[in-house]
Amino acid sequence: MSGHSTYQPQSKALQWLEKRLPIGGLIYDSFVAYPTPRNLNYLWTFGGILSFMLGVQIITGIVLAMHYTPHVDLAFKSVEGIMRDVNYGWLLRYLHANGASMFFLAVYIHMFRGIYYGSYKEPREVLWILGVIIYLLMMATGFMGYVLVWGQMSFWAATVITNLFSAIPGVGETIVTWLWGGYAVGNPTLNRFFSLHYLLPFVIAGVVVLHVWALHVVGQNNPAGIEPKSDKDTVPFTPYATIKDSFFIVVFMILYAWFVFYIPNYLGHADNYIPANPAVTPAEIVPEWYYLPFYAILRSIPDKLLGVIALFASILILAFLPWLDTSRVRSGRYRPLFKNFFWLWVIACIGLGWLGSKPPEGIYVILSRLFTLYYFGFFIVILPLLGIFERTKPVPNSISESVLGAKG
Amino acid sequence: MTIKRIIIATVLAGSLAAAAVPASAQEHQVAPPRLSWSFAGPFGKYDEAQLQRGFKIYKEVCSACHSIDMLAFRNLAEPGGPGYSEAQVAALASEYKIKDLNDKGEPIERAGRPADYFPSPFPNALAAAAANGVAPPDMSTLAKARTYQRGFPWFVFDIFSQYQEQGPDYIAALLKGYKEAPKGFTVPAGGHYNEYFPGHVTAMPQPLQDGQVTYDDGSPQTLEQYSKDVAAFLMWVAEPKLDARKRIGFQVMIFLIVFAGLLYFTKKKVWSSVH
Repeated sequence: MSGHSTYQPQSKALQWLEKRLPIGGLIYDSFVAYPTPRNLNYLWTFGGILSFMLGVQIITGIVLAMHYTPHVDLAFKSVEGIMRDVNYGWLLRYLHANGASMFFLAVYIHMFRGIYYGSYKEPREVLWILGVIIYLLMMATGFMGYVLVWGQMSFWAATVITNLFSAIPGVGETIVTWLWGGYAVGNPTLNRFFSLHYLLPFVIAGVVVLHVWALHVVGQNNPAGIEPKSDKDTVPFTPYATIKDSFFIVVFMILYAWFVFYIPNYLGHADNYIPANPAVTPAEIVPEWYYLPFYAILRSIPDKLLGVIALFASILILAFLPWLDTSRVRSGRYRPLFKNFFWLWVIACIGLGWLGSKPPEGIYVILSRLFTLYYFGFFIVILPLLGIFERTKPVPNSISESVLGAKG
Repeated sequence: MTIKRIIIATVLAGSLAAAAVPASAQEHQVAPPRLSWSFAGPFGKYDEAQLQRGFKIYKEVCSACHSIDMLAFRNLAEPGGPGYSEAQVAALASEYKIKDLNDKGEPIERAGRPADYFPSPFPNALAAAAANGVAPPDMSTLAKARTYQRGFPWFVFDIFSQYQEQGPDYIAALLKGYKEAPKGFTVPAGGHYNEYFPGHVTAMPQPLQDGQVTYDDGSPQTLEQYSKDVAAFLMWVAEPKLDARKRIGFQVMIFLIVFAGLLYFTKKKVWSSVH
C-alpha cells in the first residue's frame, strides 16, 4: 500500500528482474502481504468471484468468436453449428450464455453488499464510481452479446433498445440511424455489435485494474464499517483471503454448473431459438433477466423521453451515492432505520425485476410506479434525511473488538 | 423483527395483488399436461427406440411440409441419438435426391450421402408460404423455441426440479389438441381450432391420426404415442448433445462438491489460528 515493499526475491534471476521492473513486489504486495480486515464475511468473496467470471467470459468468448459468423444470414446458423459440430461447442456456448447471468448475479450481490455496508463512503468514492462504470460497461457488453445470437429476441431487443435513443429531441432519429448503420437493425448493426462485444470486455478488464488499484490504496471496507487501527485488525491476503475466496468461488461454480449442465436454457427466452425475422414481431419483447428492473422503470413512465431519462437516471444515480448518503456511520449493522429501508429497496429492485417481465397493464403498471417511486425515493429523500434523523447504534472501537468482543 | 415483518407483509401484499390481477389482455395459452420424458432430470437420456419411432413420423408425415435444415443424415448415427448404424444412414441418405452441380457446372440431382443435410420440402420460404398459407416453421430448433408461461411460483421451483421439457410437452399437447371449436368461437377460413395453440387458431390441420404410421417395434400405434415420440425426436434434433451434457454435468458436480469440501476444511485449518 505505502512505503517500500517487503518483498525479497529468493532467486538471482528474480532479484535481477526486480531491480529493473518491480513486478514481483507489486504482485506480492497486492495478493500476498496485502492486509485485509479479519472480520470480512463471505459477501466479500464476490470481488474474487467477479474476476473469475470475467476470466471465464473472455476465454470462452474468444473461442466462440473463432466459430461465429457475424452476418445476418449466417449468425444464427453459426451459433447452431457451435452447438452441433464444434467439439464441446455446446459447453462453450452454455458456459458463456449462463456465465453472463452468473456475472450479473454476482455483481448484484457485490453491489447490494456495498450499499448495505456503506462501502462507497469516504475514502472509497472513486473505488465505488469505478465500480459503477464497470457495471455500465457490463450492461452494454451483455446486451450486445445477446444480439449476436440473432434470434427473434436478439433482433427485437436490439430494435427496442436502440430506438430508446430516438426519444432525444431533435437529433434522436439521426442518432438511431447512426447507431444502426442503416435505416433499420441489420447487417451493419450486427457487425458493429460483434466488434464492440469483443472490445468492451477488455475495457472492463482495464477498469477492473483501476478498481483493484483504488481498492488497494484505500483498503477494504468490512462488516463493522470501521478502518483497521492495528495489526490485530487485519490478516495477510495470503493465505487467509486466498483460501476463503477459493472456497467460495468453487461453491459459486456449483451453482453455475447447475445452470450450465442441467437447465442451460432456463434463463434464456424460447423465442431466441427462432431465427431473427424483421417481418414478425414476437408476442412480447422482454430483455434478459438482469435488465428487467430497468425495463420496468422505463415502462412505468407514460412519456417516452421521461421514461428513457428515468432508465438512465436509475443507473447513474448510483454514482452519486457517496454524497446522497449523509450518515457518518458506514455499516448498516449499526443503522436500525437504514436497515429496514435498505431491505425494502432490495424488495423494490426484485419486484421491479418481476414486473419487467409482465405485460404493462392493470395492476402491474401501478406496482411498477410505486416501486419506481420508492427506488428513486430511497436515494433522493430517504438516504439524505436518514443521516440527519437516524439514531445509530454505538460503533465498536476496533475490528478486533467487534470480532472478539463478545468472547472476552 | 421489523425487517421480517416488512418482508412478510410485502410478500403477502404482492401475492394478493398477483391474485387480483385480471386475465391478461394477451392471448391466453392453456398449459399443456406434463409428460414424463426419458431425457428429463439429472440422469436423463434419450430413448433410442423412441427417437427412431419419432424419426419415422417426421420422415413419413412432418417432412411433407416442415424443413429440418440443421439435421444431417450423419447425425442419425452419432452417439446420444437414435442409434442407427453407419450403413443404415448411408442407405437412408441414398433414398433422397440432393441438388448439386456436376464437374461441368451443370445442375444435377444426385443420391444423398451421410454428410448431406435433409432437403427442404419447398424450394424457398415464399413457396412454402404459398402452398400452406403461412410457411411451416423449420423444425431444427423447434422444441427449444416453444414454451408456455409457468408463472409464479412455479418458475422458481423449476430451478430445483430441473423442469426443462416445456417444449416437448407443448408439441405433444398441440398434436393432440385438435377439437371442435367451443360455441361462439369463430375459426377463420384456413384455420384450425387447437386447444393448446396460443390464440387457439393454427394454420396446420391435424397432422396425425390413430394408426397412421406403422411401428416396427410393437409400440401402440395411437395418436397419444405418436405425439410423444415425435416430440422426443424434435427435442433430440434441437438439443443433440443432451446425453453428453448431463453425463459430464454429473462428473463436474461430483468434482466440484468434493473440491469445495476440501477447500472448506483447508480454510478452517488456515483460519483456526485467527479465530
